Amino acid sequence: MTEFRLSTAEVGTELPELPEQHITRTLLALFAGASGDHNPIHIDSDAARAAGLDDVIAHGMLSMALLGRLLTTWVPVGDLLSFRVRFSAPTPVHARLRCTGVVKAVEEAAGPHGAERRARLGVTVRIVDGPPTVRGDALVRLPELHGAPS
Amino acid sequence: MIDRSAVGTGPEPVTVTVERGRLQFFGRVLGATGGVFVDPAAARAAGHPDLPVPPTFLFGLDIESAPDLLSAIGVDLSHVLHVEQGFTYHRTVHAGDRLTFAPVITDVYSRQGGALEFVVRDTSVTDAAGEPVAELHQVIAVRRPVPDKESA
Repeated sequence: MTEFRLSTAEVGTELPELPEQHITRTLLALFAGASGDHNPIHIDSDAARAAGLDDVIAHGMLSMALLGRLLTTWVPVGDLLSFRVRFSAPTPVHARLRCTGVVKAVEEAAGPHGAERRARLGVTVRIVDGPPTVRGDALVRLPELHGAPS
Repeated sequence: MIDRSAVGTGPEPVTVTVERGRLQFFGRVLGATGGVFVDPAAARAAGHPDLPVPPTFLFGLDIESAPDLLSAIGVDLSHVLHVEQGFTYHRTVHAGDRLTFAPVITDVYSRQGGALEFVVRDTSVTDAAGEPVAELHQVIAVRRPVPDKESA
């Protein structure tokens, strides 16, 4: 796993996956407190049922935060330029999630300190044995390649 | 119906201090047991003055800066679906930074004959010097409650 380097990755290279994430009620309660999103449909089954749901569902931002963790495992946080997602399906409590990323493009661009290399990464969260729930992309600055690529 | 006249408006900007303990809590909830997001020594070793803010952390500070923004324009929070979220970053934020959040409702529109209404919110985040730090872009959908057949 420490062998992976984004700086030499090419289009199509997949980021090593995060460990599978289990959405427990405890995780939803803790994430509500940590994130500041206290909407009761994520933490209170009664409120979720009153809103027409079968049970609590995970915060969309929990999935996005997990994708953020995937990104910062491989990219220094200061090299993250933008990050956006669309939420396409709800995540029920007890779901198990897979968080994946792939290099979609590598390009040169004008940065604040001259030309820099950037990668566009596609990121996805899907429920194990279920549908994708979140898809998006992140633009990251890549480190300079020193010397000839080996 | 959501109040269309809200487009282009926002509450007074709010200034908050990024708290180190809150960052550690956030990091641990997401599974970090060490590293730059929870361990100040690791953060300094990586060149940070203090714990850096993880990629999505500003979202929580944004909604906390205007907790009544949605209900004030007629949105029932129990019928809200988060549709889209984006961040553009201008610099890394660290524990101890003073940030000002200025959210604006930039669009309200409906789809599916009014069964779904959408609210777009854009927030600019600036630092104590007034320099841009990040922009947040949020789209939520509001389901219009289906009339209860049993009571109809």
